[in-house]
Amino acid sequence: MSKGLQDIARELLEKGEVQVVVGWGAVKADPDRTRPILVTDPDEVGELVWNPRCVNNLAVYLTKAKSDVQALGKAAIVAKGCDVKAITGLIQEMQFSRDDLVIIGVACKGVVSDGSLWQGELTEENRDLKCRFCDVRTPRTYDHLVGEEVPPVDAEDDWKDVRELEEKTPRERWDYWQEQFERCIRCYACRQACPFCYCTRCIADKTLPRWIESGQHPRANLAWNIIRAMHLAGRCVECGECERVCPVGIPLNLLNRELAKEVAVEYGYRAGYDSEAPPPFATYREEDDQSFIR
Amino acid sequence: MTTADSQSSEQEQRREGAVGPEGWEPKIVAFVCNWCTYAGADLAGTSRLQYQPNVRIIKLPCTGRIDPVFIVRAYEGGADGVLVSGCHPGDCHYSSGNYHARRRFALFRKLMEFVGVDLDRLQFSWVSAAEGAKWVDVINDVTNRVRALGPFTEYQALSRWWKEVPDEQAIEQRA
Ligand code: SF4
Ligand code: SF4
Ligand code: SF4
Ligand code: FES
Repeated sequence: MSKGLQDIARELLEKGEVQVVVGWGAVKADPDRTRPILVTDPDEVGELVWNPRCVNNLAVYLTKAKSDVQALGKAAIVAKGCDVKAITGLIQEMQFSRDDLVIIGVACKGVVSDGSLWQGELTEENRDLKCRFCDVRTPRTYDHLVGEEVPPVDAEDDWKDVRELEEKTPRERWDYWQEQFERCIRCYACRQACPFCYCTRCIADKTLPRWIESGQHPRANLAWNIIRAMHLAGRCVECGECERVCPVGIPLNLLNRELAKEVAVEYGYRAGYDSEAPPPFATYREEDDQSFIR
Repeated sequence: MTTADSQSSEQEQRREGAVGPEGWEPKIVAFVCNWCTYAGADLAGTSRLQYQPNVRIIKLPCTGRIDPVFIVRAYEGGADGVLVSGCHPGDCHYSSGNYHARRRFALFRKLMEFVGVDLDRLQFSWVSAAEGAKWVDVINDVTNRVRALGPFTEYQALSRWWKEVPDEQAIEQRA
């Protein structure tokens, strides 16, 4: 599969259609992992790989948070269907237009939650959670496709992870999240990995006034994690990158998915499917629910 | 208008449902818009309507200007409950600020509920400039509900983390 990808990348670079290809490459020191690479030289396309260890959502490299990539010129990006959802969201938020980009889509049957679990076959045990209900195994938009089209998973999201926690008592939920947030070391890896955290100045870095305490203690950590989730509400495509990169293993995507579920239920909207749709928090309907307002 | 009699019976009722320590009074922070709710609260005042004195009002131009981070800050500062209040739909001074706010807060309260906050501590109302009496009802009700829950000890405990760090003497003793 990597071969087909390399041929496409070579042609794009040779013809000058793009100046850089954003893709995954092998990690020599650790064959269980892949890493994001930028290929600018057609002779180096051999570095590109595509396999179920290609977990990273590379869409983050298209944002102004990574302006050094933008500076290289027009980009082609290798993207799974879920990554294309992030790209769609970024186009919707007018971070760039579809024409600014060449998408090398990859048909995908799933990625592994941990590279070391990959033994040549995807199973219920090693498949990443986000792949369970994937309806974009063939990306919804692409310029080139690597591999044969793959039909969507024949099941709808049951929000089981979210509902399990919802069924607990408020006190149990509070204790659960405190245990999680307490461990946050405020490294902001979650933010750096998120395609939608492209603010040139994050609210967590603002000091005049300082809205979110910078300290690494329970009160500050709660504020950071709540507000981060809130800023992603209606935008997050549930790619799970924030959670994957969190060094202390906070289940950030569970928070994201709670909000995604509410947006789906209340406004019939799921992020990453339509770059023309108005973002749910940039619009409203007069008949929106207000049963919670007296 | 509240008579002295009904007031004292109200106070009694309050004491009955009280959960907090002796003498504890709930702290309520109300974020209100300038054009409707603030004027409504003002009307309650000029009409000499009585209501529970537990509310601290913070006036903003519009509910659309009320960021969830303000609410977080209020809890951090020791609020036991928060109220957000603005113009009725259709009446926003900036025409759509409250429609946008409505969506934002519909989500935010779900998030707070998900992390374990009792939603009686986070309430919302529409109070127009003419609704001084509604303002009184809302404040009394919000205050009573928060009173019934008691102090927001879970959140306030988060602020005490550093007090639990042992001082030098304690460390020495342990060594
Ligand atoms: S918040 Fe997390 S799951 Fe959502 S888009 Fe950002 S990185 Fe992906
Ligand atoms: S957390 Fe909020 S302010 Fe910070 S980068 Fe993300 S979206 Fe921007
Ligand atoms: S990646 Fe994890 S530890 Fe780092 S700031 Fe985000 S939540 Fe906290
Ligand atoms: S001015 Fe009152 S809600 Fe906008």
